[in-house]
Amino acid sequence: MAECGRADSSSTTHTMDKSITLPPDEIFRNLENAKRFAIDIGGSLTKLAYYSTVQHKVAKVRSFDHLGDPLYEISEQEEVTARLHFIKFENAYIETCLDFIRDHLVNTGTKVIKATGGGAHKFKELIERKLGLKVDKEDEMTCLIRGCNFVLRNIPHEAFVYAKHADSEFRFQTTHPDIFPYLLVNIGSGVSIVKVESEDKFERIGGSSIGGGTFWGLGALLTKTKRFDELLQLASKGQHASVDMLVRDIYGGSYGSLGLTGDLIASSFGKSATADKGFSKEDMAKSLLHMISNDIGQLACLYAKLHNLSRVYFGGFFIRGHPVTMHTITYSINFFTKGEVQALFLRHEGYLGAIGAFLKGAEEDNPNQYSWGENYAGSSGLMSVSPEMNPMQRARSGTFDMLEMDRLERQLVNLPLLQDPSSYIPDTMDLTEDALAREYWLSCFEEALDGVVKRAVASQPDIPEAIERSEKFRQKYRHKLQTLRQQPFAYGSLTVRSLLDTREHCLNEFNFPDPYSKIKQRENDMALRYYQKAVKSLEQLSWEQRQFALVRGVLAGNVFDWGAKAVSDSLRPALLLQGPPHKCALFFVDNSGVDIILGVMPFVRELLSRGTEVVLASNSGPALNDVTNGELQILTERIAAMDPVIQAGLRDDRLTLVQSGSSSPCLDLSRLDKVLAMVVRERQTDLVIIEGMGRALHTNYYARLSCESLKTAVIKNSWLAERLGGKLFSVVFKYEVPPGKPSQEDSSAPSTPS
Amino acid sequence: MDQAKSMVDKKGASRPFHVNNGQSQRGVNGHVAVAANGSCCSGGGGGSAFGSSTGPGGSSGGGGCTFDSMHYLHRGDDAECNGSPAKRCRLRRRTESVRRSRPPFPWFGMDIGGTLVKLVYFEPVDITAEEEQEEVENLKSIRRYLTSNVAYGKTGVRDVHLELRNLTMCGRTGNLHFIRFPTQAMPRFIQMGRDKNFSSLHTTLCATGGGAYKFENDFRSMADLELLKLDELDCLIRGLLYVDRVSFNGHPECYYFQNPADTESCVKKPCTLEDPFPMLLVNIGSGVSILAVYSENDYKRVTGTSLGGGTFLGLCCLLTGCETFEEALEMASKGDSTNVDKLVKDIYGGDYERFGLQGSAVASSFGHMMSQDKRDSISKEDLARATLVTITNNIGSIARMCAVNEKIERVVFVGNFLRINTVSMKLLAYAMDFWSKGQLRALFLEHEGYFGAVGALMELLKTTEDP
Repeated sequence: MAECGRADSSSTTHTMDKSITLPPDEIFRNLENAKRFAIDIGGSLTKLAYYSTVQHKVAKVRSFDHLGDPLYEISEQEEVTARLHFIKFENAYIETCLDFIRDHLVNTGTKVIKATGGGAHKFKELIERKLGLKVDKEDEMTCLIRGCNFVLRNIPHEAFVYAKHADSEFRFQTTHPDIFPYLLVNIGSGVSIVKVESEDKFERIGGSSIGGGTFWGLGALLTKTKRFDELLQLASKGQHASVDMLVRDIYGGSYGSLGLTGDLIASSFGKSATADKGFSKEDMAKSLLHMISNDIGQLACLYAKLHNLSRVYFGGFFIRGHPVTMHTITYSINFFTKGEVQALFLRHEGYLGAIGAFLKGAEEDNPNQYSWGENYAGSSGLMSVSPEMNPMQRARSGTFDMLEMDRLERQLVNLPLLQDPSSYIPDTMDLTEDALAREYWLSCFEEALDGVVKRAVASQPDIPEAIERSEKFRQKYRHKLQTLRQQPFAYGSLTVRSLLDTREHCLNEFNFPDPYSKIKQRENDMALRYYQKAVKSLEQLSWEQRQFALVRGVLAGNVFDWGAKAVSDSLRPALLLQGPPHKCALFFVDNSGVDIILGVMPFVRELLSRGTEVVLASNSGPALNDVTNGELQILTERIAAMDPVIQAGLRDDRLTLVQSGSSSPCLDLSRLDKVLAMVVRERQTDLVIIEGMGRALHTNYYARLSCESLKTAVIKNSWLAERLGGKLFSVVFKYEVPPGKPSQEDSSAPSTPS
Repeated sequence: MDQAKSMVDKKGASRPFHVNNGQSQRGVNGHVAVAANGSCCSGGGGGSAFGSSTGPGGSSGGGGCTFDSMHYLHRGDDAECNGSPAKRCRLRRRTESVRRSRPPFPWFGMDIGGTLVKLVYFEPVDITAEEEQEEVENLKSIRRYLTSNVAYGKTGVRDVHLELRNLTMCGRTGNLHFIRFPTQAMPRFIQMGRDKNFSSLHTTLCATGGGAYKFENDFRSMADLELLKLDELDCLIRGLLYVDRVSFNGHPECYYFQNPADTESCVKKPCTLEDPFPMLLVNIGSGVSILAVYSENDYKRVTGTSLGGGTFLGLCCLLTGCETFEEALEMASKGDSTNVDKLVKDIYGGDYERFGLQGSAVASSFGHMMSQDKRDSISKEDLARATLVTITNNIGSIARMCAVNEKIERVVFVGNFLRINTVSMKLLAYAMDFWSKGQLRALFLEHEGYFGAVGALMELLKTTEDP
């Protein structure tokens, strides 16, 4: 919990007191199991990386051997998962931090610490003495590139475009499936321009000596201001036009024939040779900032053009978390490329070196063979140390920033059926850009917090300290919500999905792996009792009536106000089962209980009867009352025992259960289990059904697939219903046929009846 | 005037091809002259038409005359010009000029930049006795004033060493003079134009550079003068090609540096700019413009940078307290930039082999200045040198990238930043050569900053040819 670190150490800021008391258990977490250390020591900040294993509870379900009540056994077991920790702190604390690590490192057989960064040799002796580890230096640029590849591949919304005057300053980019090739412009004391073509192939194609060191050195000479960020502060208050010679100073206006506007700088510092009065520090700093940013931007553009690259990432201490420099660099790039190239920045730019050094040391574990996910509960988020972004945290020094990444059990890939993976955006609404929606959802989640806490406690009735943990959870999540209110961009684009996921991460953090497990169990049990009856009554219906009933059933778990109008409107898409049978249907399921058992399963049954193979994709881990893969395995077996159609489907391998790779109530089709992708491809899936608010409305409402798709949900939120122009409990039934494919029926327009 | 000229000639004769070596730059503009004019005069066919003895007599005195003093000097002339005989005289002159399809004298071309005004003046030396007699007094005084002085006011300078002698323009033979003064002095210059009643001469004042636009109204309202405004890049190219064509008094206008990689054996070598296209033209004034030129009329501005001569001087003034370009260069010539800049070896202990970077390469300009201790102990000379090197290398680097992007191998550097600035020229020559592995060659021109003004003058001669 980096926030505590900030609060505690803020009292000692600026004094650089090296005997500060760290709130270490919050910062250096899981140190007992830590191994594979790496350290990146820069000019002012140290970044430490280590790998640890985390023990936490996971909910497991296990079928009883006998039939009866309850349906299955729920247990919470301890499981060990791998986690990467990255911590960033000021160099002043390096000794204190090393001491703490030494005292808490319960041996892990670690002998070596990988080191990179300009300060690595300076602190080599200290590190070796304090930790008793051999310092093994790694090339700075190689580490940087490796780190960059890693975050681009594993963290969605890692890269962003900065737009100072837009509604949302940060516009996050969807991760392109192929991250190569790209240009990395690293602005340290000088500038290095590196072209990266693959994991191991990169080349420094150019650079410049005019970089962050020039801003700092020249700025210090001109303004007598020592600190880099103080210089930036000065610059943000200055007016460069008093120091620079502008086009209008020479032309009296614009230079029309060349399209050079009057505001353009013709000569940086051009007025300082002739002015008879001095300049303010602010104005000189601003002029210097423009001069350097423009110069770097220009060179970057020239190199991008020469090598025909359009993705240009900027990093280095000149950029790191400073809106001022991100703005001037962005401005420069826009000017010189006329908008053809966008300046991209990275949320975890400061960690790249440490991540890369760590990866170098962990090669035998081959971290790149896994997928990793940012842990929202354990990561500080963007700008957590930037004073101008967060007035509440006035301390500049003594702040600790953290990034934690969990190793995911499964390797995640794109759904092969995405029409254009590079333009796919899972989320329907970007709350970063929509202030009204943001406010609504943040309040909504805040109001729901009490209920979630209660539910969490209730899920562990026999554990007395659950109440205490649940309070910690409440504090943590509330703090996250507060942070997001101020910095909506902290973890990438703010979406309903990210709010839900953050809550799941926080629940897990405090060992509430599955608060809904008991409810799910009860509901599944109940619904199973009605299964046979439901199937029988369906079979008695005429074909057309049955289609009605099946559609109604899919939505049944959610629907209370089921108007006649809605039924008739949703009938048209229901006819999608009218034509020749599909080869294979992929069904992303939603809730436990009535929804899966009485809604989805009869529908599956109908598909199977028509000769369509079915792949049921459910969550790998628990989220709300969504059915998990583990639960669904048991449920399907039970149903198979009652229903020959399902049984035959399982036996003949025409009904397959796969996990989605997700533990979210929402669905990111660009990060799905590799096995799922394989099955989908093998079975030539030609129909995708996505069910529920989280998967079909908050996410994927606009997703375009290369085969027929059906997105269906009941809008159970009146605000959202209104936003979409409908009423509470409106039905979304969106049947789409990709362009160029024959439709089952002419009317393929989505219907949102009310 | 005669004295001044003969001194110039002697010097010129004793050092037929004077090259600024960066050490003896001070005072180069008024006294140390230049440019093989001695040999040209004696050898050239037109030489006899022009000599020190045929110069206009009755010099009003040596240098040191200021704009202000000139303005007092010509008070009397004003009254005289308003008289009716003068009016008649002007009328005749005009009709004659039109008949000969030639603009009336005086012939000026002006380039008003951000820092400097560049003025070229054509001094006819084939004036007949009749003409001499008819020449109005204030026209005569302009001619005398400009040609008999090498300095005007505190800041105006005639670059005697650049004078193009015995030139034939529009059917007239004469000398082309190169004069510069700070743009800051522009208001006084315009005032002088008014006081001299310049408008009575009915000459067209061809002006280029941003100041042609900026000061247009001032010329009109203060001096009753209409400017013919010309695009600065058009003028630059036209002037450059012209001067290269007529040659520098019989010598090549263009030169380059041989062995740019080696400071010991690096020497200036004249060369011709035959078949000049395509060329990348890098004009370093206050700021920098980079043009790809494919023919006299076909060019594009590729890019520009605001880190130019104005930045060098501006930063030097702030960092060292110096006040002039000459002063700044003088300091820079004595300094050592490696005390200011962080080199690759300062960071990596040697070469950065992984990327083929030499230890001696600059990793961070002014990088050492991040440290308080080093800031406290640094000399002004070192700071001036670092500023010069930083700005120059940056221009070199952008120019090189543009050359590669535009696929042009010939890079021509012009502009007043290069005046008496051998340090920068050699750095540019080295940068082009080193980073392109010998593919690119940096070329320089003797009249580095004056091409815009020459181009403006040519426009004058062109426009009046077809009335």
